[in-house]
This record gives sequence, C-alpha cells and structure tokens, in this order.
Amino acid sequence: MRPRTTSVLAGAAALALLTGCGAADMTQQASPFANARGARTVTLSVQSWVGAQANVAVAQYLLEHELGYRVDTVQVDEVPAWDALSQGRVDAILEDWGHPEQEQRYVEDKKTITAGGDLGVTGHIGWFVPTYFAKEHPDVTDWKNLDKYADLLRTAESGGKGQLLDGSPSYVTNDRALVKNLNLDYQVVFAGSEAAQITQMQQFAKEKKPFLSYWYTPQWLMEKVPMTEVKLPPYEEGCDADPEKVDCAYPVTPLQKYLNADFAKDGGQAAEFLRNFTWTTEDQNQVSLMIAEKKMRPQEAAEKWVDSHRSVWKKWLP
Amino acid sequence: MATITAPAARKTAPPGILARPAARKLLALAVLAAILTPVAVTQWPGTAWPTALTVDVSAPLGRASDWIIDNRDSHPLFLYFFGHVSNAVVVAVRAVYLALLAVGWAGVTAIGALVAWRVAGVRLATGTAAAFLACGLLGMWVPTMQTLALMVVAVLASVAVGALLGLAAGLSDRMDRVLRPVLDTMQVLPAFAYLLPVVLVFGIGVPAAVLATVVYAAPPMARLTSLGLRGADKEVLEAVESLGTTARQRLLTARIPLARKELLLGVNQTIMMALSMAVIASVIGAGGLGDRVYQALASVDVGAALAAGIPIVLLAVVLDRVTSAAGERLGEAGTSPVTWLYALVVAAAVALAGRLAGFLDWPDGWGLNIAEPVNRAVDWMTAHLYSGVPVVGGTADWAAHFTSGVLNPLRDGLQWLPWWSVLLIVAALAWLIGTWRTALTAVLAMAAIGVLGVWKPSLDTLSQVLAAVAVTLAVGFATGVAAARSDRFERLLRPVLDVFQTMPQFVYLIPVVALFGVGRAPAVAAAVVYALPAVVRITAQGLRQVDPAAMESARSLGATGGQQLRQVQLPLARPALLLAVNQGVVLVLAVVIIGGLVGGGALGYQVVFGLAQGDLATGLVAGAAIVCLGLMLDRVTQPTERRTTRKGA
Repeated sequence: MRPRTTSVLAGAAALALLTGCGAADMTQQASPFANARGARTVTLSVQSWVGAQANVAVAQYLLEHELGYRVDTVQVDEVPAWDALSQGRVDAILEDWGHPEQEQRYVEDKKTITAGGDLGVTGHIGWFVPTYFAKEHPDVTDWKNLDKYADLLRTAESGGKGQLLDGSPSYVTNDRALVKNLNLDYQVVFAGSEAAQITQMQQFAKEKKPFLSYWYTPQWLMEKVPMTEVKLPPYEEGCDADPEKVDCAYPVTPLQKYLNADFAKDGGQAAEFLRNFTWTTEDQNQVSLMIAEKKMRPQEAAEKWVDSHRSVWKKWLP
Repeated sequence: MATITAPAARKTAPPGILARPAARKLLALAVLAAILTPVAVTQWPGTAWPTALTVDVSAPLGRASDWIIDNRDSHPLFLYFFGHVSNAVVVAVRAVYLALLAVGWAGVTAIGALVAWRVAGVRLATGTAAAFLACGLLGMWVPTMQTLALMVVAVLASVAVGALLGLAAGLSDRMDRVLRPVLDTMQVLPAFAYLLPVVLVFGIGVPAAVLATVVYAAPPMARLTSLGLRGADKEVLEAVESLGTTARQRLLTARIPLARKELLLGVNQTIMMALSMAVIASVIGAGGLGDRVYQALASVDVGAALAAGIPIVLLAVVLDRVTSAAGERLGEAGTSPVTWLYALVVAAAVALAGRLAGFLDWPDGWGLNIAEPVNRAVDWMTAHLYSGVPVVGGTADWAAHFTSGVLNPLRDGLQWLPWWSVLLIVAALAWLIGTWRTALTAVLAMAAIGVLGVWKPSLDTLSQVLAAVAVTLAVGFATGVAAARSDRFERLLRPVLDVFQTMPQFVYLIPVVALFGVGRAPAVAAAVVYALPAVVRITAQGLRQVDPAAMESARSLGATGGQQLRQVQLPLARPALLLAVNQGVVLVLAVVIIGGLVGGGALGYQVVFGLAQGDLATGLVAGAAIVCLGLMLDRVTQPTERRTTRKGA
C-alpha cells in the first residue's frame, strides 16, 4: 500500500515538473515535430491550392539548402491557419487572399501575428468559362446573358438550373449571394475540394463541353484549359461589405505573407528570408505547372526553378 | 484486421410467433399516430420541419467560439487545465518522436521485427521488417515516424482511459448502466463528428488530433474490458473467493487474468481505430502520413496519395496481425523471460550498430517512385472509361443516370414526405426490429435534427445513405453467399477484404472522382466500396456458422443447393444478416459524410465548411445532426443482439 501511494505521488510530481508548474499557455506551444535533434526548424503552412504549394516548395528548398534549416510543412485550411499561426504551431503563411476579420483579431488586437509583406503575386477571383465556349458564344462573357445559356450548363446536380461549379468550401466565395442578388437561373454546386473541381473541369474540357466555374488567377490550370472571365458588375470599394448583399465582382488582391510574431522577432535568418521572399506570377506558375501537371515532387520542381533563377532568389538571402 | 464477431447465438423465431408482437406494435403505433398526427397537421402544416419548432443555436455557438479564441491565452480554465493537457500531449508525442528518430531506421525496423517475433512468430516478424522497409522505400520514413509517435501516445492514452472506464463498468452495475448506452452510441458515430469539438477548444494541431483520436479509440477498450470482467467463469471466481481473498486480490489474481483475451482484443481494436482516426485527423493538423495523403489529394495526385496510403495500410496490417496473434498465443506456454532478454539485447545491438554506421535517416537514394506509374494508370482510366464507351456507356454516364434516376427521386421523395410521417416511419421500423426504447431514441434523434434546423440537408444525406446501403447490401450479400459456399473464393477474397478495410477513406475519394465526376454519385460509390468488406465478411461468417446438423438434415431430405440456401441457411443466419445491415449503415454514413469533400453536399459539406472557414457554429450544428442521424440509423437497424466489436471506421 505504502509504496503505491509514494509512486503515485512521484508520478504526479514528475508530470507537474514535466509540464511545468502553474500556468500552461497552450497558445505558445510549438509542434511536437519541430526542432527535432537540435536542427533549426521552420514550420510553414501549405494551403490546399498548388500555387501555395509552389511558394512553400521554393521557400523550403532554399531554407534547407542555402540556410541550413529543416522545414516542416503542415496543410491547414485558410482560416484555421490563422489560428495555428497565432499559436505558433506554424511559423508563416506565405500566401493569404485577404481575411480582414482575422487580420483585425490577430494582427491589430492580439498582436500575435505580424504582416510579412507582399508576396509579389496578384490574385483575382472570378467566374470563368472555357475559351472554346466563349469563342462559340461571345456574349456569354457578360453576366447579363448568362441566363440564356443556363440550359446548356445544366447537370444532374444542378436540379433544372445552370451549374455554377464552386470548389473548396475553405475558399473565399460570395457565389451563393451573387446568384441570388443578380437573379440568375443558376445553382451553385460545390465540388467540395479544389482537387475534385479541377478533375471535373478537365473532364469537361476533354469533351469540349461548356461549363461555368468559380476560378482564380494565378492558377496553373489556365495554361492547360484556357478560360475567359465572365464580366460581373464592377467592383467598388465596400460593395462586398455585407456578405448577404454582395452584387459585384471580386476585388483584385495583392497576396500577403504573415509571420508569427515571436518567430518574426527571434526567427533570425529564416524570418528575414521569408520577409524578403517575393516573386512574380510567372515564376509561381512555372513551379505550379511542374508540380500539378508534370507531377514532379514539389522539391524537384523547386530545385529546377532555383537552378535557373539564381538572380531572383539571391536577393532574398539575408 | 479488426474482425467482426457475429453473434454466436443462433436462436431464431419462427415467423408465426414474430407476427403477433409485430402486429401488436404496429397497432399501438397506429393508435398513437391517429391521436397525434391530426394535432401536428393542424398546428404546423407543410412538409418540411416547422420553423416554429426549431431553435437557432448558431448565434450562441458562434459567440462561444469567439470567446474561446479570445480567452485561450488568458482564462484560468485554459491556463491551468486545457493548457496542461495540451502541453502533456505535445511533450509526450515529442518524446516518442525523438526516441524513434534517435533509434534510427535500422533500429526501429529491428525492434519492430524482434517484438513481432517474440509475440507472434517468425512469419510476422519478417512481415513487420518488410513493412517498415517499404515505408522507407516509398520515401515516407519521417511521416511514418510522426504518425507512429502520435499513434503510440494516442493508443496508450486510449488504453488507459478505456481500461479504467471498463474496470468501472465491469465492477459496478450502476456504472455499467450509465456507460453502456454512451459507449454504444460513440461506436456508431462517424469520425468526422469528433473533430469539431476538440478543435473548438484546442485549435488546429497535434493536441487536438491526439485527443480526438483518444475519444474515438477508447470506447472499444472500455466495452471489451467490461465484457471480459463480466464474462469471467463464475466457478473459478467462487473457488478464489472460498480461499478467503480480498476483493482487490480477486480482481488482480483472477478476474483480470481471466479477461486477458478480451483485453488484448480491446487493445487490437483500439489500435485499429486510432490509426484510422490519425489519418482523418490530418484535416485538423495531425501531420504525418495522413497529411501527405491530404496534400497529395489537393493536387489530384493519386500516385502520391497512394505512396502515403500504402504505409498506412502496412502499419495497419502489421499492427493488427501482431496484436491478434499475441492474443491467440496467450493460452500457450508463457514465453520465457530469457528469450525476451535475448531479443532486447539483439535489438539494442542493431540500434547501436545502425547509429554508429550512420543509418539514422533513411538514405536519399533508396527510393521507389510509384507515383508516376500510378498516375499514368489513373490517366488512362479517365481517358478511356469516362464516357462514350460503346454499348455500356462511360462511368460518367452511369453516375449521371444514378444521380438523376436514383438519388434525385429518393431525395425529393424524402423531402416531399411530411415531417411527421418521417418520424412515424422511423418509429415503426425501429420498433419492429428492436424494442420501444430503441424506437423512442430513434424518433427523438430524428426530431432533434428538425429542432436544430437542418432537416432538409439531413434528409439529403439520408437519401445518399439509403442508396449506398441498398447497393452495398445487394453486392455484399451476393458476394458473402458466394464466399460462404466456396472455400477457394473465400481464400481469394480474404486478403482483398483485409486491405480494403484498412485503407484510409481519403484515398478512395479521388479515384471515384476521376471515374464518376463530382457530386453525390462519387460519394455514394466511395461509401459502397468502404462498407462492402464488412458486409461480405459478416454475411459469409453468419452463413458458415449455421448449424451443420440443420444443413445435414436438409441435404438428407434432398434439398438442392439453392433450396438449402433459401430455406435453411438464410433464415438461420438472420441475426448475422441483420448485423451486416447495421454495420453497413454505420460505415456508409461515415464515408457519405466525408463525401462532402467531393461534392456530396448536405451535412458533410457543412462540417467541411465549418472546419475550413473556422465557422464552428455551422460545423457543430451539422456535426450534432450527423450524430443524431447516426443514432437514428443505428437504432432503426439494431439487431436484437449487440455486437461487441466493430471495424475502425
């Protein structure tokens, strides 16, 4: 009896020692896989689209081969990634498409995240039809004429209306409100993930079938399936303020980088490198295409790009 | 492989006896309906769930979520409780991970093989070593170690929690009455439903992933522990008692040793469920192999997804075989400590040698690239089978036909039914198969869905489940009958079923998209493929367990093969068939929900949306609806005898 009580006490004491007595702030805990065996580790958030993978692949390659870091990548959706970044479970997000609410909360109020500057790539979301379809019916590129083509764009999933194909639920989208407020005879069908959406679009393109899809640039698929944007009512400052009442196009967004505040302060060379990291849409597309279309491993694609663009990345090194 | 033990009892009720209580139940229900329906119809007309009866919980849930995010770094509850929990998980996972890395790939492989050799024999030891080496060859060594580290911690915690709960339930009748319905329910819920609450509290990351895994994997351990303690031989216990032992001595020297088979089965089940959850938890930042699958799917890279999926399957098969072999060997002569010592020394020597030789990280050059050939095969499939195949039509055409011919009418039909009639149907079905209690639970669960305000999407999900279950049962019963009648066919089928039962659900999703496009049809297809093995297994097992004497007498009466099957085997295997239906429904639901990732829409989409947008209110409401739907489906199909185990879903 006595020895057992002692061992229980000892165990409890050991646990307390191990986890540190008193308060434990879970927002300051790093990933258990970080900094293994004394290596300096950077954890990057990879979002699910390939452009973001390209950023991360090149950053990872240079951090590992030029600066001697070990890089962990974690795939997290956009909004949860902000939370993870704030908690220090990832050190940086390299491509953010604009999340004003999170920016207010974490950058302005809590100051756990700092801005990392422009990525250099400009993003734009819109509605697209394949170019072969737009050539056949040039007036489809204006939203006012979309209803004429609703019949052509009907599928089993869209229930008697035209189909507007949307992708991952994690992406920024106003499409449901847009369809409602513009009074269109369309049904938004969510593919559920970008992978599913791309597969579907490639299938349509293979058979030269018409489709209407939520899509964005820069995106590597544009090179494989040329697409033309459908004009929506022009964007004006504040027209998308109320998510229920949006009736205008999506804005043009200069994509941003964000760093965890502590990492930005103590991250040394890695933090400086990530702050310096800027490249153009063409650069990003080159790497994206190698990853998604040629099915190269992200690291191989990054190596290939790095080998031929020394002048671009030389400036990033601290 | 987590096997499903079909109920051994073979009692069946002749139709004459069953008819009378069934008629009585239906009559009682009809009377009840006659009183309540007019009230409901006049009070709340319309077919959809009346808005007057819904409660909007999204606003308070949203506020709760905001409060948690704002207070997570300052409120004492988080600083002094959740913070420590989270910290303990991080420290533990990190310790295991560092240990695994320190031992190196040569050491880990050697230790794995030697442990397998000691508890399960030479064949499994070679299998274990081969599996570890394959993980390395596929370029997945580090992710495999991350998953393994997470698994070790999660399994240890699950076993500890499960054993404690099981001990309580096994020793106290009152605890048993409280815990049993809770554990029963937890076993039928789709894994996806567990993710949201932990994310709400712990945020994205390893702690949330580990805790979700523990919550998911502990129930089978608890159930089996309790079962083992309760099933101990009464005579032995009496004999021990007569020796004048104390209660504690009886527990430690008699009851627990007598229950060790169940305990090991519980460990086996827990490991399998933890592994499947560890993969799904990549959605909330678990890292490791699941994360690689998730990342590969984002770029439609089936090959890379498979390269990460294969190690998961290998880990699953090895862990399953080794733990179940350990269970079977228990009865034999105890292994002598000396051989264990040898094994330990050899393992330490190999690890040390590996360390000195620099065999720590998997060498870069030793890799197999399977992604490319796999992707070529997938491309060929999409190019040639998608549409315009002469005579049979392409897979996309099938999917369109299935959607417009089966799924749409089914969904519209369900949504056309007045809400009270849906409740009535649920009540009637549940009562016919089960008791008034299961019927009440089912009806209340269904009503809760309405109250939460997600009646329509839930019926959409339900229509997908029904369609998928119908296909699964048709194919599963046919295959099961064939497997039960032909030994050779069953031998061929067994490894296929094993692999299919352990594949992570994610990997199924992309090939079905490639074949069937986006929408509800691929979600249904993935669900069918996932649920099929369990249904085939239970059917075959149930048919084979039919009393040989009954079969013999049927044969001697000159019954043909078909007559034997229809008139003897199938009626006698009725409990097993009901169990197959129940399992099929539960497994189908789990994957139909994940189908939200490929356009399945409805509840699954709302959960994905909730996780992806950090809009936990939407996600939690959908998650609660999934829980209710799972509860309802389980109760409606609940066989008279409760299963003890199930495959990790």
